[in-house]
Amino acid sequence: MGKTLYQKVWDAHTVGTLSDGRTQLFIGTHLIHEVTSPQAFGMIRDLGLTVKYPHRTFATIDHIVPTVNQDAPADPLAADMMTALRENADEFGVTYFDLASGKQGIVHVVGPEQGITQPGSTIACGDSHTATHGAFGAIAFGIGTTQVRDVLATQTMAMEPLKVRRIEVNGKLRPGVYAKDVTLHIIRLLGAKGGIGYAYEYAGELFDNMTMEERMTVCNMAIEGGARCGYVNPDEKTFEFLKGRPYTPQEDKWDAAVENWKSFASDPDAEYDHVVKINAADIKPTVTWGISPDQGISIDETIPDPSQAETEVEAKSFQEALDYMKLPGGTPIKGVRVDVAFIGSCTNGRISDFRETAKFLKGHQVAEGVQAIAVPGSQLTAIQCEKEGLDKVFEEAGFEWRAAGCSMCLAMNPDKLVGDQLCASSSNRNFKGRQGSPTGRTVLMSPVMVAAAAVTGSIADAREVFDFDPATAAA
Amino acid sequence: MALANITSVSGTAVHIPGADIDTDRIIPARFMKCVTFDGLGEFAFYDVRFDPTSGERTDHPLNEERFNGASVLLAGVNFGCGSSREHAPQSLNKYGFKSIIAESFAEIFFGNSTTLGMPCVTLTAEQISQLREAVEADPTTEITIDVEKLEVRSSVGHTFNCAIPESARDALINGRWDPIQELLDNEEKTAGVGEALPYV
Ligand code: SF4
Repeated sequence: MGKTLYQKVWDAHTVGTLSDGRTQLFIGTHLIHEVTSPQAFGMIRDLGLTVKYPHRTFATIDHIVPTVNQDAPADPLAADMMTALRENADEFGVTYFDLASGKQGIVHVVGPEQGITQPGSTIACGDSHTATHGAFGAIAFGIGTTQVRDVLATQTMAMEPLKVRRIEVNGKLRPGVYAKDVTLHIIRLLGAKGGIGYAYEYAGELFDNMTMEERMTVCNMAIEGGARCGYVNPDEKTFEFLKGRPYTPQEDKWDAAVENWKSFASDPDAEYDHVVKINAADIKPTVTWGISPDQGISIDETIPDPSQAETEVEAKSFQEALDYMKLPGGTPIKGVRVDVAFIGSCTNGRISDFRETAKFLKGHQVAEGVQAIAVPGSQLTAIQCEKEGLDKVFEEAGFEWRAAGCSMCLAMNPDKLVGDQLCASSSNRNFKGRQGSPTGRTVLMSPVMVAAAAVTGSIADAREVFDFDPATAAA
Repeated sequence: MALANITSVSGTAVHIPGADIDTDRIIPARFMKCVTFDGLGEFAFYDVRFDPTSGERTDHPLNEERFNGASVLLAGVNFGCGSSREHAPQSLNKYGFKSIIAESFAEIFFGNSTTLGMPCVTLTAEQISQLREAVEADPTTEITIDVEKLEVRSSVGHTFNCAIPESARDALINGRWDPIQELLDNEEKTAGVGEALPYV
């Protein structure tokens, strides 16, 4: 019987079994950022411990970085966090992609960009969207601050193995349907809790054909489906993406590394705890209407009404969502007015997102009264966009072109919704208050759909707003 | 580093209504700008305890004086979903909660809570609602979470079998809920695993 990638990586990183029955797992790569690491550094200092494998920890700063003037947070607490990370990295000898390095960005954009993210590795970070790195065939997951402490001090942590669900999507996406729609569709189908206890293996023709950046978009939101990690088996595209990046094995070691990476892919006869099959052609542009990522509908559907709920609990949560979103059940989602349009985040703040969106945005204008912001996921992404003139396309259309950071994805920085503003957002969470205002409203969608919302001033079907040439459609 | 054996926890309780209470609700993101966890307690459930526009206290149970000092939290399904940030269990812990009873927990939240020595046990919706009624009728009702015997009891006569994964139960009652010492002890084996990994 063959093994899944998950099992192979798990086995290769198992140190032993702890007295509580959990596995002590070696964490090959530890990523840290300013929000969840200072307390952990404080804990190891209190315990008189040190960072055991400093060369396996990589730091960057993202959540609190202002996107207008990056290194000048007006908020003294944010400035404290910035200083704490700088000092901790310095004291313990950890690699730090600081603002001045030109390599700073959202931790889940920086890892792959630098080639730190590699197949067959274990990657932990005090951040739930660590699943993103699974796109490379790594087992990557979010951890709590105490576990950050454990990884700093020992390069290991205690963990129980997950079950593996294979989500197989075959066929091709229709024009105007993107990786974001795929991930929102899967979450809608399996629920926000459906993945609890599972790792998701995304497989099939659709994922084989996807670019690395599209795979990252899907894996990024595994956690919104309840799965602690999601991955795609490594293939030629993975290796091609990684070749020549600063932290990947260089020439003389490259072939051996690729061989090693290949050996981690799931065997054809691997056994899964559960398999789900989806037809790519069934997926439509998807948007959320509520306050949980599984409250999604396709753009041509109407907002659910509590009377359509299957259970009483569901009816209640529908009503709670409608009340919070100030949306009437039973009416089309299309046409709902938006106040803010946000393109960015670790889900959709990569170069391909800006390229694809710019393609359609050319010649269009952001609607009157809409604030539209475009925030590259990293400084390198920003530089690349600027090289290609994409920043100008966004600016000419009426977007504000910002500097790299998490920005309005969660508003731990100055980018926040005000009052009950409704935001068409390319980020990953539509929880109450997520974007900084306790009454702010978030509608999740693909970046191209955000652009369509920006130019029409309301939630719109990008396929109707822009010219879609089926021949140029993405994977 | 000797840790306490957490065999049983008792205290008065408060019920927080709603399913899928996410970590952003427990501690709104803007309060996570901190470099230590001290002081997070006062911001627990902030955005539902204070009216977002007027800043007035709402009728949230945590604002009711009769529930002051409650150390057992009663909740619904999928409690603690959302982000992996430990700020959520930390803020509840710092607020004064010593244990949480819910229909189900989000996995990361559960793990983080256990590592703080804060047992999270599950009961059925019906059992929780009985406890809620008891607590609402008399807020001085004491609830005991007996981790060792897998029982939840109340001072007004309820006895329910509760559930908690065996690994967490074992860790709590044997004072191993914080694994750091054991992880440190296996230093040599760890080095061996690291050496066998080409990328490390
Ligand atoms: S972009 Fe959003 S989801 Fe991603 S790391 Fe930043 S805050 Fe978290």
